[in-house]
Amino acid sequence: MSVTSSDSPAASELAVSPPRRRRKLQAWEWAPYLFISPFFILFLVFGLFPLLFSMWLAFQTWDPSTGLQGMEWVGIENFKFVLEDDWFQKSLYNTFWIAIVSGLPQHLVAIPLAYFAHTYLRKHRNTVVGVYFLPFITSTVAIALVWNSLFSRDYGVINMALTSIGNLSIAGMHPLAWLFPTSNVDWAQPQYTKWMISSLVFWRYVGWNTVLYLSALQTIPRDLYEAATIDGATSRQQFWHITVPLLRPMMFFAVTLTIIGNLQLFEEPFIITGGTGGINQAGKTAAMHMYNTAFVDSDFGTASAVAWILFLIIGLMTWANNKFFAQKD
Amino acid sequence: MTVTHRLTRIAFGLSFGLAFACAQAATTVTVASFPSFDEAVKAAIPLYKKARPDVEIKLVSLAFGDHHNAMTTALATGTNLPDVMAVEVGFIGKFAESGGLEDLSKAPYNAAQYRTKFAKFTFPQAMGGVGNVAAMPADIGPGALFYRKDLLEKAGISEADLTKSWDSFLESGKKLKASSGAYLLSNAVDLKDIYIRTGLKDGEGIYFDSKGKVLVNSPRFEKAFALAKAARTAGIDAKIAAWSPEWSEGFKRNQVATQMMGAWLAGHFAQWLAPNTKGNWRSAQLPNGGFASWGGSFYAIPKAAANKKEAWEFIKFMTLNKEMQIEAFRKLDAFPALVEAQNDPFLDQPIEFLGGQKARQLWKVAADKIPAVAVDKFDGTAQDIVNAELDKVLEQNKDIKTALADAQTQIEKRVRRKK
Repeated sequence: MSVTSSDSPAASELAVSPPRRRRKLQAWEWAPYLFISPFFILFLVFGLFPLLFSMWLAFQTWDPSTGLQGMEWVGIENFKFVLEDDWFQKSLYNTFWIAIVSGLPQHLVAIPLAYFAHTYLRKHRNTVVGVYFLPFITSTVAIALVWNSLFSRDYGVINMALTSIGNLSIAGMHPLAWLFPTSNVDWAQPQYTKWMISSLVFWRYVGWNTVLYLSALQTIPRDLYEAATIDGATSRQQFWHITVPLLRPMMFFAVTLTIIGNLQLFEEPFIITGGTGGINQAGKTAAMHMYNTAFVDSDFGTASAVAWILFLIIGLMTWANNKFFAQKD
Repeated sequence: MTVTHRLTRIAFGLSFGLAFACAQAATTVTVASFPSFDEAVKAAIPLYKKARPDVEIKLVSLAFGDHHNAMTTALATGTNLPDVMAVEVGFIGKFAESGGLEDLSKAPYNAAQYRTKFAKFTFPQAMGGVGNVAAMPADIGPGALFYRKDLLEKAGISEADLTKSWDSFLESGKKLKASSGAYLLSNAVDLKDIYIRTGLKDGEGIYFDSKGKVLVNSPRFEKAFALAKAARTAGIDAKIAAWSPEWSEGFKRNQVATQMMGAWLAGHFAQWLAPNTKGNWRSAQLPNGGFASWGGSFYAIPKAAANKKEAWEFIKFMTLNKEMQIEAFRKLDAFPALVEAQNDPFLDQPIEFLGGQKARQLWKVAADKIPAVAVDKFDGTAQDIVNAELDKVLEQNKDIKTALADAQTQIEKRVRRKK
């Protein structure tokens, strides 16, 4: 401080009014801002600007190949069109369907799995959790390609396995034919599309949630369990009355991530259905609808409106989730 | 401090000097393209270097979808645009109407004078709604029917049976299925795709007429849907989507006996789709006397390009130079758009994969007869909607008339701002 005050020629006037002249900034004063600036610069360019631009776009009609001068103000017409659009409604229905069917089991499996790994596994815990985590860090494209060849109608392993069970012959009888298919199943049919996508999403993210819950379990003090054991609580009672309540903050966090991630689901359904959404758009999610509106129909204004409506829905769901997890505290 | 200062100054000076020297030595023309169309540019670079040692060609190549998305973004912002832009036929309508590309019909290009030098259907594709010429045609994809001679002969089916009429085509399929269990088609959707493209008059679009009216709810589409439905009901298609792993497997395992597509498919067959079936395939014209085109590529100059003059010179070299067109033909089996190059002796050479058939002659005949179909920037949207409705007809027994009426309504709704 002494350095700065002696630098200022108007030090005597300081008591009366602040100095008018800009004093020279020292390196230790501006350096921190310099060091923190990369984040803010990147955020401004790749975060804030696109955000504001897409908000502006949502009120315009714009085919990007016409250049920036091709924009035209249309007010809320884009929003009206999207909300009345049966394709958007259908894609929203699909999104929620997949979000619930793939999301709920993720947590119902991940919590007991993490508890099991935490309580009963010692030496091999990291290996087991690592195996569950592996799908999460594998490229979506690679996964979807493997999935597609597994579910291939004529040459896929899944059909091969199912039909060989269905056609199992014992003394000329087919005892399992009533339960398993006897000819190849066409997994591209609309009644299977959503199940296929959901199973892929479940398989992919269950490991991630397990890791989240495992890390939360490790913060629960051991003496709670010891005290419970002394009081004669069974391990089931310990799970329900110690583990689950103390996991609640992590549940809130993990469920929030699942809600956001699943409502923005894009890559998995896009690759599995070849970008079209499948027969009768059975696997088309809202994010895919947004992409197609932008890049097939060249209607970036309407696509931005879809994006903001989706944002509002995600915000609403996250808020509801917050209420749900906060109420019993 | 002084030493580093001086060093920096020298380094700056050097790099400026170098940049200046480079700029003096060679003009750089940036070409943005996609595989395998970029092979033509790769082949052209050494040839062009001989003709124009002062010009440096820089090729920037991205995957098919990425390339066109990147070009859309570049046109949107007017930055990072190449001097020469490769455009595939599926995007040419969108780009030609965008106004972001140079009108090549005006001076100094005056491209309209070259119109008669190219296959007649190519120029209308490259023209936007206001009579502008947005791009020069480089290669074309005359439609052809490829069939397995061995499989069909075994079932007692001749080429004439396939091409005579649609009824005899369907009958042949039933015969093949009954005798060998193989499918005549990979997918019934192909029949719809051909039918809606054939019998068009010059200047008429597939989905939209010149005034932007949607043409989907029409007898042409009705017949096309009925044809696909008949093939599906007869059980003669393998229900395989093109470009899927099953598609290739179907050909390799002799499960699918014909495929209708652009003439360039022969190259794909030989290289990866079914190299093991070499010599067993033949090419024929499309059934029922139809002619259609699959694919095709163009070169355009963005309005914001840095080096338009040299870009135009290079485009002329790629499209109007007979040797270059034939070079591309040989290298990547891109059928030349330039009529002059279609008269080259290369057309008389037998194709080994097609059992020595001189199929290129056949494709030339097709190229001459393909009608000049107008393209529209909303063709992609319309195509997706029509395909989705056809899926419902084929898979869920939706009534054809209802499906087409629904498709018409959907298209009209989604292109609501079409002018």
